[in-house]
Amino acid sequence: MRIVVLLKAVPVVGNEKLVDGWRVDRSAGLEANGNDEYVLEAGLKLIEQHGGELVTLTMCPTPAMEAIRKALAMGAARAVHVQDPALAGSDTLATGLVLSAALRKLEYDLVFAGADTSDGQGGIVGAAVASRLGLPYLSYAARIEPDPGAGTVRVRRISATGYDVIEAPMPAFVAGTQLLGEPRYPSLRGIMQARQKEIASWTLADVGVEPSSVGSAASQTEVDSATPPPPRGGATVVREAPEVAAERIVEFLASRRLV
Amino acid sequence: MSERLTPEQVELRDAVRELARDRIAPRAAEIDERGEFPRDVVELLARHDVFALGYPTEYGGLGEPLLTNCLMIEEVSRVCATSGLILAVQALGSLPLLLAGSDEQKRRWIPGLASGELLDAFALTEAGAGSDPAGIRTRAVRDDGGWRIDGTKRFISHGSVADLVAVFAVTDPDAGRHRDLSCFYVERGMPGFEVSRLEHKMGIRGSPTAELVFDGVRVPDANRVGAVGDGFRIAMRTLDRSRPGVAAQAVGIAQGATDAAVAYAKERVQFGKPIGEQQMVQAMLADMATRTEAARQLLYEACDRIERGDRDGSRWAAMCKLFAGDTAMAVTTDAVQVLGGYGYITEYPVERMMRDAKITQLYEGTQQIQRLVIARALLSAQ
Repeated sequence: MRIVVLLKAVPVVGNEKLVDGWRVDRSAGLEANGNDEYVLEAGLKLIEQHGGELVTLTMCPTPAMEAIRKALAMGAARAVHVQDPALAGSDTLATGLVLSAALRKLEYDLVFAGADTSDGQGGIVGAAVASRLGLPYLSYAARIEPDPGAGTVRVRRISATGYDVIEAPMPAFVAGTQLLGEPRYPSLRGIMQARQKEIASWTLADVGVEPSSVGSAASQTEVDSATPPPPRGGATVVREAPEVAAERIVEFLASRRLV
Repeated sequence: MSERLTPEQVELRDAVRELARDRIAPRAAEIDERGEFPRDVVELLARHDVFALGYPTEYGGLGEPLLTNCLMIEEVSRVCATSGLILAVQALGSLPLLLAGSDEQKRRWIPGLASGELLDAFALTEAGAGSDPAGIRTRAVRDDGGWRIDGTKRFISHGSVADLVAVFAVTDPDAGRHRDLSCFYVERGMPGFEVSRLEHKMGIRGSPTAELVFDGVRVPDANRVGAVGDGFRIAMRTLDRSRPGVAAQAVGIAQGATDAAVAYAKERVQFGKPIGEQQMVQAMLADMATRTEAARQLLYEACDRIERGDRDGSRWAAMCKLFAGDTAMAVTTDAVQVLGGYGYITEYPVERMMRDAKITQLYEGTQQIQRLVIARALLSAQ
């Protein structure tokens, strides 16, 4: 089984900053996107079960290294990192173009991505990649069950009324949710081994994409303005142990005659 | 500060910091309250290869230097001193094996110790032989190609949960001071080896401290580590390498107490403003942070020197343990003061930290013994 996980490095949730008035600052302090870690975990479990290799694919500026190394420490066999100065300001369309071009150079039975990312929250890059590559697109996965013998994958998909069970031939694209199960902490052995693992650095030329078709100039969408949310005032943070915290919250509510 | 640490050490430390914060910190109060050995923490540390870190790679370890192991003890102790001690005791109990064991003995036991499947303990102390090992009464006599051990050891950390206990016993009472002891690994389940009591303690309450009875325990000669009569030397060399582990535990406790005091000072409002804005509280916080950092730097320097084989390693080991232990006691006492009445009750962690800190001034040599070691090294230096 060969699995490629699309891994995005995002600003630490809650620490996002805007630069140039609208662009998310990705110059430092990035971590792996939460949802991507969940599909990575699901992928690692499938590799443990069926054998094979899991590769991560990232399109991000250089500070993505920490996120990539964490994925390698968790158990990914190797990583591909697409970076190019021309990529700055790329929209989801360009991102889909570059990731699908990179995937054409990789072998896989399954491509995984998180349902969305904590910085962009568009949730459409996965679908764009799948449609460019002509792959079946199975979204909102809560469980992923490939059958390598039959060459199919079955996915439990969250629906408005419960779960849909859908099946598709492999290779296929699966966008997963946090219902897949909590990601592991990397082991210390994993962290040490990660330093020996290959992180291939690919440019646009390597994946065969013209610089003119990506970046802010080629962007089909334009951000008119962006503003950080207004600060929330008067928050009371309870940090005690659960049983003490519960008492505090009840006291708080009681003092306002809410309970 | 991190210039001393390699990027890899920083990465390993941060990983264990996260693990300790998310998985061990929420258990700390309960471990203390119930006084139960946290098997779940042992399992967690094993699963993440934390035990493996300091052992040689040829026996299943990760081959990291003393300093990396101390970083782990520090990070875990920052949230739970009982859990940090699990790592420190495992390192302590394996040192005689690492320092004096044969290749065969290492192959036999280290893979299990590195994976965390086996726990060990170090049994030197007896009721009448604490600071002065010359008072050791436990005897080992040759018996049918092996040895027969009789005696009682006291205050043995992990004594009741260890699979393997390094026992120091008198093999030749006439050999004279420092030549009469030998070291044996006694395995759990060997007939005649019993746990006779568990102590009720002020701190590190989740860590079982046992009295061990050896009643005619037959131990094969293959379990003897080092030469006959070499026990005292092995014990002293062990302590030179293990004392930084206690210092790391102490630095961790001090840092945990500083963290708690700073967080409280920012939130607790009196006289219309957070108490952290009061200069008298600020001065305490500043001193706590400064002392903790000084202890940490002394510890890291000692680790580097011991790893390099510095001839003055014993003195550095004693100095870091002395300073860090006293720092932990002072800083946790101040943390309780910053929290006031709330610091004195179990709702907040600082009273536990203060109780836990005290042991770092006592075990693996009292602070008085550390001063003795330091002064002797100074006075004997050429």
